[in-house]
Amino acid sequence: MDILYKVLIDPFVQMGAAPDLLVQTVWEGLVSGVLYALIALGFVLIFKASGVFNFAQGIMVVFAGLTLVGFHEMGVPAILAVILTLGVMFLLAVSVERVVLRPLVNQPDIILFMATFGITYLLIGFGELIFGGNPKRMIAEELYLPTGSIEFQTLGGFVQLQKIDIAAAVIAAIMIAALAFFFQTTRIGRALRAVADSHKAALSVGISLNQIWVIVWFTAGIVALVTGIMWGARSDVSFALQVIALKALPVLILGGFTSVPGAIVGGLIIGIGEKIGEFYWGPLVGGGIESWLAYFIALGFLLFRPQGLFGEKIIERI
Amino acid sequence: MNIRKLALGTAMAVLTGVSTAAVVPAQAQEQIYVPLLTYRTGSFAGSGIPIADGMADYLRMLNERDGGIGGVKLLVEECETGYDTKKGVECYESTKGKGAVIYNPYSTGITLQLIPKASADKIPVLSMAYGLSAAAVGNTFPWIYNPPVTYWDGASVFIKHVAEKEGGLDKLKGKKIGLIHLDAPFGKEPIAVLENLAKEFGFELKLYPVAAADMQNQGSVWLNIRRDRPDWIYNQGWGAMNPTAVKEAAKNNYPMEKLVGVWWAGGDDDARAGGDQAKGYKSLNFHASGSNFPVIQDIQKHVVDKGFSKVPKDKVGENLYNRGVYNSMLIAEAIRTAQKITGKKVVNAEDVRRGLEALDVTEARLGEMGMKGFAAPVKLSCDDHSGHNKVYVAQWDGTKWTQGSDWMEPMKDKVRPLLESAAKDYAAANTWPARSEPCQKGS
Repeated sequence: MDILYKVLIDPFVQMGAAPDLLVQTVWEGLVSGVLYALIALGFVLIFKASGVFNFAQGIMVVFAGLTLVGFHEMGVPAILAVILTLGVMFLLAVSVERVVLRPLVNQPDIILFMATFGITYLLIGFGELIFGGNPKRMIAEELYLPTGSIEFQTLGGFVQLQKIDIAAAVIAAIMIAALAFFFQTTRIGRALRAVADSHKAALSVGISLNQIWVIVWFTAGIVALVTGIMWGARSDVSFALQVIALKALPVLILGGFTSVPGAIVGGLIIGIGEKIGEFYWGPLVGGGIESWLAYFIALGFLLFRPQGLFGEKIIERI
Repeated sequence: MNIRKLALGTAMAVLTGVSTAAVVPAQAQEQIYVPLLTYRTGSFAGSGIPIADGMADYLRMLNERDGGIGGVKLLVEECETGYDTKKGVECYESTKGKGAVIYNPYSTGITLQLIPKASADKIPVLSMAYGLSAAAVGNTFPWIYNPPVTYWDGASVFIKHVAEKEGGLDKLKGKKIGLIHLDAPFGKEPIAVLENLAKEFGFELKLYPVAAADMQNQGSVWLNIRRDRPDWIYNQGWGAMNPTAVKEAAKNNYPMEKLVGVWWAGGDDDARAGGDQAKGYKSLNFHASGSNFPVIQDIQKHVVDKGFSKVPKDKVGENLYNRGVYNSMLIAEAIRTAQKITGKKVVNAEDVRRGLEALDVTEARLGEMGMKGFAAPVKLSCDDHSGHNKVYVAQWDGTKWTQGSDWMEPMKDKVRPLLESAAKDYAAANTWPARSEPCQKGS
């Protein structure tokens, strides 16, 4: 009975007893969730355009962040460093399309997937060669990102919001909205959706597959840079960040691999879910459940919606 | 016989002669092979790089300044592990055949794998202040050494420090002490001894594990800390976990002077990440930081200034760089002691094991090495492979580490019986062979 009480009753009693902590936990989850959504978006864009799960998205976050800091360390002003980094990410997108994707057209998806492993290790090695393995401080202040915190004395305690977290949530929300608008309403966006539906049909109406691939990889590069700046400002920019990108996996399982709204909603559910779970139920098993709880939540949803919350239900005749 | 064949034959003979001439001096040159298992890449590179630099630079300095040890040059070779246990074992397997005299795994995970392997291959492992704490029991682990202190000693010094600040060991009763740790063998090491001390002194121990994947995502861990409000926190972190923990502590207004890291959580970059708010953060230490020591100045002169080092000049003397220097000093002293014991110039792994067991770095010897005030004396013995030596609490002043306490003895009376019991358990669980190596006379 005691265990049932601890699992089913006590967490809710705690939520009622210290509502400030509940609000703080939800806020932390929300911020993480938005950042997960941003990473997941990078995956979704490339998956929609090429049917490939881009394993390199995590290292692209690190690479973009390190390139930005690297330019700044060379004396380049912060804003110019952002522009130059975008240039590097564009070159990366073109290189990936020319060297990796184009020669592999019409190969099975698994071959393309494995190729993204190759890109990952290439970027790790190249990044370490250029920038070294030391963690770097993100140039948040130079980019005019706010620092410090706002504290509200409320709900019988206090709720503290870091200004950088507020900025991260706002910037991520704007970015997601802009991308959704771009892909829903522009000609390139429609072309992307056509490519996502059928490569052959898209080619037959004159859409350049190569051009679309460059665009989506570049867009994923922009997303990676924003994620790198935001997550880097919360801790620092190091190769350990690429592991966090794998948190996008349960987000994708939950939201569906082809849905931009799915990435957003999935990110928020995973972010808030894992923080609430770790905070209220984690201590029952000694803590540290956050790393697998996200997968547990995603798998729970899959029992009821195997295609994910917003994924396409595929019915194939056999 | 034509001229062409004659010319070819002559050319072959000359070439053979040249190549032989080139090889013979290399073979004849006496060297002692010291592989260094280091990591300059991966998620833990931030901590691994300064240590690797310090280790390599000290040994290179001995080669450049003194012509090696006892007239024999050291052949130092780094093998990149990425702090990955599998890669670390590969490094061991690929270098042991080259005549390695000692291994420094630089990871508790790798150390745990090498304990049975190196014991069977009869090559000593120096896991300096890391690895399996129970390996301090020399009668069970003749090939494994973990001076100058074990993790269990470290945890006991932390408790002593808390007691000192709270007004005595009896004041610990009812206190809440947290352990935030990497959820890996390294991070879990002090749990056993802290649980034991909690029972004895009546404090409550709260555990806060951080998965490797969440090293830079500690939001919920620190929410738990905010809820539990532990009076003190011990940080057994490594790599990217440390700067994030310091940042989170600052963010959550946790009193910095009550957050104490193990010696591996005391990198300059770890504390620097917290900015001004990190002022007051503490870390255990067993050597000094800074470059105001003759040994560091010799490294600068003979290695760094000559362009033989990978370290950026401004990082020489930082805490983890000096950690690497200290580690290599132990390697060198073990080799030197082995030469003294055996009378041989080129010592092998068995000789170095004897050297480690008879290691006695006195205050006078530290002075000779340009390390006066750099570290406390270290003495090992046949049964005590750690020495349970003194450590102090270092404190971050906003720009550098300073000595924040006197040198303190670990609670050897509490720790040693626990280590012996753990060694017995290890031996029983692994069908461990009884020690057959004789003890060095007087050790």
